[in-house]
Amino acid sequence: MSADLALIWPELILTIGGLITLMLGTFAGDRQVGLYQLASLVTLAAAAVAVIALFGTEATVFSGTLAVDAFGGFAKLLIYAASFVCIAIAPRFFRDGMRAEYPVLILFAALGMGIMASARDLMTLYVGLELNSLAAYVLASFMRTDDRSSEAGLKYFVLGSLASGMLLYGISLLYGFTGTTDFAGIAKALGGEMGTGLLFGIVFVIAGLAFKISAVPFHMWTPDVYEGAPTPVTTFFASAPKVAAMVLLTRVIVGAMAPAIGAWQQIVIFLALASIILGAVGAIGQKNIKRLLAYSSINNVGFILIGLAAGTQQGVEAVLSYLLVYVVTTIGSFLVVLQLRDREGQQVESIPALAGLSQYRPGLAAAMAVFLLSLAGIPPLFGFWPKYLVFEAAVNANLVPLAVAGIVASVIGAFYYIAVIKTMYFDERSEAEVSGGGNILEGTIVAVSALWLSVIGYLFIGPLATASAHAASVLF
Amino acid sequence: MGLLSLMLAVPMVAAIACLFVTDRNARLIAFAATLIDFALGIVLWTRFDIGGAQWQFTERADLFGRFQWALGIDGMALMLIMLTVFLMPLCILASWDAITRRVGLYMAMFLVMETIMIGVFCAQDLILFYIFFEAGLIPMYFIIGIWGGANRIYAAFKFFLYTLLGSVLMLIAMIAMIREAGTTDIPTLLAYNFPPEMQTWLWLAFFASLAVKMPMWPVHTWLPDAHVQAPTAGSMILAGVLLKMGAYGFLRFMMPMFPDASAQLMWIVFVLSMIAVVYTSLVALVQNDMKKLIAYSSVAHMAIVTAGLFAFNQQGIEGALIIMLSHGVVSAALFFCVGVIYDRLHTREIGRYGGLAVNMPAYALFFMLFTMASVGLPGTSGFVGEFLSLAGIYEASSWVALVCGTGVILGAAYMLYLYRRVVFGELTKDDVKAMPDITAREWAIFVPLAAVALWMGVYPESFLAPMRGDVTTVVARLAPAKPAGDAHLAAGKSKAAEAHGEVAHGEAHQAGGVQ
Repeated sequence: MSADLALIWPELILTIGGLITLMLGTFAGDRQVGLYQLASLVTLAAAAVAVIALFGTEATVFSGTLAVDAFGGFAKLLIYAASFVCIAIAPRFFRDGMRAEYPVLILFAALGMGIMASARDLMTLYVGLELNSLAAYVLASFMRTDDRSSEAGLKYFVLGSLASGMLLYGISLLYGFTGTTDFAGIAKALGGEMGTGLLFGIVFVIAGLAFKISAVPFHMWTPDVYEGAPTPVTTFFASAPKVAAMVLLTRVIVGAMAPAIGAWQQIVIFLALASIILGAVGAIGQKNIKRLLAYSSINNVGFILIGLAAGTQQGVEAVLSYLLVYVVTTIGSFLVVLQLRDREGQQVESIPALAGLSQYRPGLAAAMAVFLLSLAGIPPLFGFWPKYLVFEAAVNANLVPLAVAGIVASVIGAFYYIAVIKTMYFDERSEAEVSGGGNILEGTIVAVSALWLSVIGYLFIGPLATASAHAASVLF
Repeated sequence: MGLLSLMLAVPMVAAIACLFVTDRNARLIAFAATLIDFALGIVLWTRFDIGGAQWQFTERADLFGRFQWALGIDGMALMLIMLTVFLMPLCILASWDAITRRVGLYMAMFLVMETIMIGVFCAQDLILFYIFFEAGLIPMYFIIGIWGGANRIYAAFKFFLYTLLGSVLMLIAMIAMIREAGTTDIPTLLAYNFPPEMQTWLWLAFFASLAVKMPMWPVHTWLPDAHVQAPTAGSMILAGVLLKMGAYGFLRFMMPMFPDASAQLMWIVFVLSMIAVVYTSLVALVQNDMKKLIAYSSVAHMAIVTAGLFAFNQQGIEGALIIMLSHGVVSAALFFCVGVIYDRLHTREIGRYGGLAVNMPAYALFFMLFTMASVGLPGTSGFVGEFLSLAGIYEASSWVALVCGTGVILGAAYMLYLYRRVVFGELTKDDVKAMPDITAREWAIFVPLAAVALWMGVYPESFLAPMRGDVTTVVARLAPAKPAGDAHLAAGKSKAAEAHGEVAHGEAHQAGGVQ
């Protein structure tokens, strides 16, 4: 038991740090923004250090319910980094004062996501998922005086509960027909005869998880929640939980369902293509930049699923690389959105208001153009590379039709990305000019991520490939 | 750092600098950078060893883990790079006064474009090539969209999405090739024999991409829109260099890598080329917009290029290459001719002009020269290319040669008709009367273009010599798959065969003339 505790330092640090931050918030009051923000950031950084210190350790803890491995470590680093940024950028957004609940909730969500990423048992999977979800529901409705925010929280909660229900039903079926909740045990049981009950279990588990990654047809909540939630929270939703849910889905599919490839592969292919196409078509005509980015995330999840559909180690490597690039791009683009304010200091979210942005805020417009073209996967921007990797994985797994369909659909997606660029670059300056800049921190994050996503990222392909290959090899 | 890397770096660095300086300095920086690149290009040409190794100036750096920063050129790439670096300073000069808004960004986009174009021609790694090939969309999208004409948004979107849709299929084909051959190295892939049934699919995927870039009928419709809306220098670079990427891809990838499929599917290329030559020439004949007319003429010329390439013989391919170079210079010059009078009267409508020979004699002279070069008058660059490629096509198929030959006649018709309406006739319109003749800056652009067009027409050997060995390599690669032509030429020694080919070509030309 105590040996097990030594291997879950990241989780312990997050738990203790979250509780300390909560106490600080309670006793120091909401005025001490700097104090509890600092506490939460230190906690995340310490947890990340603990993850790095544990690299190279391959073990299972608590009777095989949690895995401590490179795969989970890779995901946790991404999750912690995204959470870190989302806490760091928040105070400026909540002008009337950030309340202490915000960093606390993100810390607990990060804890839940870390458990998701390490789960190798259906029970830990569910515990981690719910810990994350409960924090997320509250975060979505964090601006309690704002109608849209409350609506977003309610919608997320109702639909999220439905998805959790489906997931639990699937879990119970899997457990009932295999007699175990352990991933390895399920994989062994699936190697034999495949009954209808098992098939239903697989379908429901995938459906429940598809909700969390907002894959079509379980995506309906995404545009509304992204639009309604406060922008830092949206940044968070679009980055860290996507990583956690995607990594979890990968673990479940590759770890627990691998022998039943005939059962899950067509589901994943359907999810992938439907997400790519609907994410692209749905984004056309959106006037709100946050809604547009929501559809963009649906679209990108589709591409990630192509890598997963391959079901090979190469496919999993592609998924991990894609997640890293996707998180950087998403955080960057939302940070740009965060900087858009009109003269009264209100957030600007409408795309037509960005007309001519390149003429008075050239740096911001250029960064946004880089993020959008990168999301579209147009070379030489680095967003091309993970797309290349997922298509390569699909072709090498003999899924050429899937790769062709996916890449052709990606052209539809390019349309709305370049439409936003058209607004920023080709249109005349609008009357309602966007003003207000960011602070140094935001500016640095935007600049660094934009530079990395332009050609510089290619120089890191080697280390990225090594890291993702090391992480993915754990599952095979 | 090798010479090629340096040529890529100079415009890139200058592009970044242009974003942060005043308009005037941006122009100067851009001009200086393109001139430096031109000078480097001349060094490249003089140091190129004709008849030496196939790949020269090779560089290799393992920068990207999965693929390499691998550069290198053969003769064909050398000439296309020369075309690029030659046209770029002229494009910058052409935009000197015409562009007044957001000059820094404009110059940066052109310089990025130059880097990308050189990169396409010297990339020796399949993935690196694809990155350069696709990257060209972004600066061109901005150039058309920001500095274009009234309907620029539509044209920019159409250009971007049309060419992107074509290219993506090529990426899947490339992934399949890399999987099959286990390498991304282009020279190795050139020697790899792909299974014939796989070749067909790969060929079709590449064709989908390159036919759009080329552009071939019926996927050419983005070109007239893009040309009409683009600023003058944008049209110059689009017609001058970007259209050559498609033909370069045919010659570099499709023909030597998939010889069996090329032979099997050459009828597609021939049919589309024949339709394009006749159809787009006729369309050009009825245009009222000068830029549109020249855009359609580009499609017709490119169709002769594709037919010449798929003739699978030395003359046909050499001719196609010379048409590419010639068209690069001449169409850029013609677009600049349009730009010169557009800057004065702000319309491209042919009917608004007339009688320019009276008040703009120097302009009329240059316009005449480039019109003739486009028609293919002996002594100009156009003649050499059309002669050689039609000779090659005749050897492969006399019917195709016959139909493509009509393109030469129709070309004369629409170009001379254009010239007559713009330059000859009565000088009646007051605003046209007020137009001054060309300025010193415009002289500086016309003279080099005219000199090269004549040089290529009088002594094409300078341009053919570096490419001959590469064409021979491609022809040798294609030889086992080559179908018998219907011209039934007697086999002989190489010298004799060449002479024979030219005689045969004379007949083809006559046949075309009679028709």
